[in-house]
Amino acid sequence: MTQAALELIDIHKSFGNSKIINGVDLAVHDGERHAIIGPNGAGKSTLFNLISGFYEVSSGKIQLRGHNITNKAPHEINRRGLSRSFQVTNIFPRMSVFENIRCALLWPMKYKYSFWHHCGYRKELNQKAEELLEKINMTDRRGIPAGELAYAEQRALEVGITIAGGADVILLDEPTAGMSHSETDRAVNLIRSVTEDKTLVVVEHDMGVVFNLADRISVLVYGDIIATDTPDNIRCNADVQEAYLGEEVASC
Amino acid sequence: MSKTSSSKTWLSALALWGGAALFVALLPIPFRSGFMLSMLSEIGIVIIFALSYNMLLGQGGMLSFGHAVYFGLGGFITMHALNFVNDGVLPLPLELLPLVGGLGGLIFGIVFGYVSTRRAGTPFALISLGIGELIAASSLMLPSFFGGEEGISGDRMAEITLTPFGFGQQIEVYYLIGFWVLVSTGLMYLLTQTPLGRMANAVRDNPERTPFVGYNTHIVRTIQLSLAAFFAGIAGGLFAINYEIVTSEIVGAIPSANVLMMTYIGGIGFFFGPILGAILITLMELMLANITHAWILYYGLMFVAMILWAPGGLASLIMMHKPLVKGRVMSGVLKAYAIMAAPVIILFLGCMGLIEINYHLSLSIKPEDPMHLFGIEFYAQSLVPWAIFLALAFGGFFLFLKTRRIVIKAWQTAGNQLKKKESGS
Repeated sequence: MTQAALELIDIHKSFGNSKIINGVDLAVHDGERHAIIGPNGAGKSTLFNLISGFYEVSSGKIQLRGHNITNKAPHEINRRGLSRSFQVTNIFPRMSVFENIRCALLWPMKYKYSFWHHCGYRKELNQKAEELLEKINMTDRRGIPAGELAYAEQRALEVGITIAGGADVILLDEPTAGMSHSETDRAVNLIRSVTEDKTLVVVEHDMGVVFNLADRISVLVYGDIIATDTPDNIRCNADVQEAYLGEEVASC
Repeated sequence: MSKTSSSKTWLSALALWGGAALFVALLPIPFRSGFMLSMLSEIGIVIIFALSYNMLLGQGGMLSFGHAVYFGLGGFITMHALNFVNDGVLPLPLELLPLVGGLGGLIFGIVFGYVSTRRAGTPFALISLGIGELIAASSLMLPSFFGGEEGISGDRMAEITLTPFGFGQQIEVYYLIGFWVLVSTGLMYLLTQTPLGRMANAVRDNPERTPFVGYNTHIVRTIQLSLAAFFAGIAGGLFAINYEIVTSEIVGAIPSANVLMMTYIGGIGFFFGPILGAILITLMELMLANITHAWILYYGLMFVAMILWAPGGLASLIMMHKPLVKGRVMSGVLKAYAIMAAPVIILFLGCMGLIEINYHLSLSIKPEDPMHLFGIEFYAQSLVPWAIFLALAFGGFFLFLKTRRIVIKAWQTAGNQLKKKESGS
């Protein structure tokens, strides 16, 4: 059996008396694109916050490539090769677009807390940042403060920051939320191209995006995963239809 | 980066720093009186202190109410080191003593920084206030280190020096301070360009996101604060050498608040902002204080006005004209400013007159005596000056509101011209 890229074992999370996650088990295979869907309030974002160390789990175990990362600090989990984006755009607003990307490169390129390197004269660092800008189609916006970008551009930058460090497990939280049709298409193409050869876990409401992008889909309802399967099988799963999808996509 | 452009940036950097060094070197030629040299020395010390404060507030997003702790401790440590040198215990040239203060600041910065920077925002601000109070309180409990009420003094004319200077004259101290101002400013600028400096910006902008690019925000803040404390300690060391006495007041809340206010007035968004604030406030303190007792009030009013109407400080007021100057569309705006200048001066004179009359009435020993303003003698109790100043204040304010519109319009026109030029080219 090959080792899972990311594995959740019996994860529970409660805030006070309210139980948000009730025993989630999930194994994300190496190199797959895995979507998590479910109704509002099912706990999708909470699950991401638990995996990335933003919240502490109440009980259970999370493994990243066999390493136990349960309740580790977010920066430690990130250094192990897991990177995430946020549902609400979460960039560095007063810094330029270029600086935003370059910041995400500093730790992976081993600069750590250095106060003896001049960023402007690090050829490889700047070259890499430029390449990433090119990849997310923002070369011509490089000097603008990130807070002044249009919404869809900020989302693209968010994805850029998330993938910049070269993490091989990527968590994207509703990357196309609030986008128009054409923007969504562009975003999906961007995600597809930048996560090539990587393991992707994505939370998404847009079923078009989900069925287009995902290799496998997990359905989260009331803090529990009720099904994990290929898109076609999920579409025809009676439980899923009842709980979430309804009749609209049920064309089996 | 191509070769030509990088050599160009090298050249312009060299020109800038060479020019600054030349400026510092030549400044005593026009300002050679003892008072002027003392003033320039004070300004230099305050520049380092304010720049180091901005490493926290402007660059790291840390609002500190206790930065004078590092300045003051640096001063005390330098003074002790100076006395050790004079006792023959410590063989260190005087020129390097500020570095001892800096190292002292650094060590305290690491300790207090680690304790206080787990969170920014309100928790950090309150802990910094607490540490300030702690040090101020212990300064009276530990007289062997802080010298009790009268502080510690020392003789800066030390035996060991690197230069031929004896430091008996103020101009020699001025050059020592000028040297450290150049070195510290250069280093603090370079720090903004390092990975740490960039991540300090990131932590300021979005501490929630920073861990997800691999950085521990607590460590970033601790290092940034420690380095800021290092430069504050250097400034404190120069203070000790300049005044040859350090008292417990310099670790207290007043200098901490002072450095916050002058940094803010100068502008926290640009590297050079605090330099402007340090120069302006020190000049005000030294010159205005001789003229009026109300100078603190003017200082406070200026601070409040800045927060309300120009939160970017003097630096941003200057820098917002940069695109207009670059696009050569400044003339209309300048004309509008010239028109607005008269009402502003009238308004200012009116308010100033009212403030001064009130100060005279409440603070002078014999309010019945005549008071002087611009060489004019009048009685604070008579009605005429009140009427005149009130008229000036209200008239000036009315005209200010009118001319403000002219300025806004001039800005709009300039903006349109700029757009036209951009699309035309």
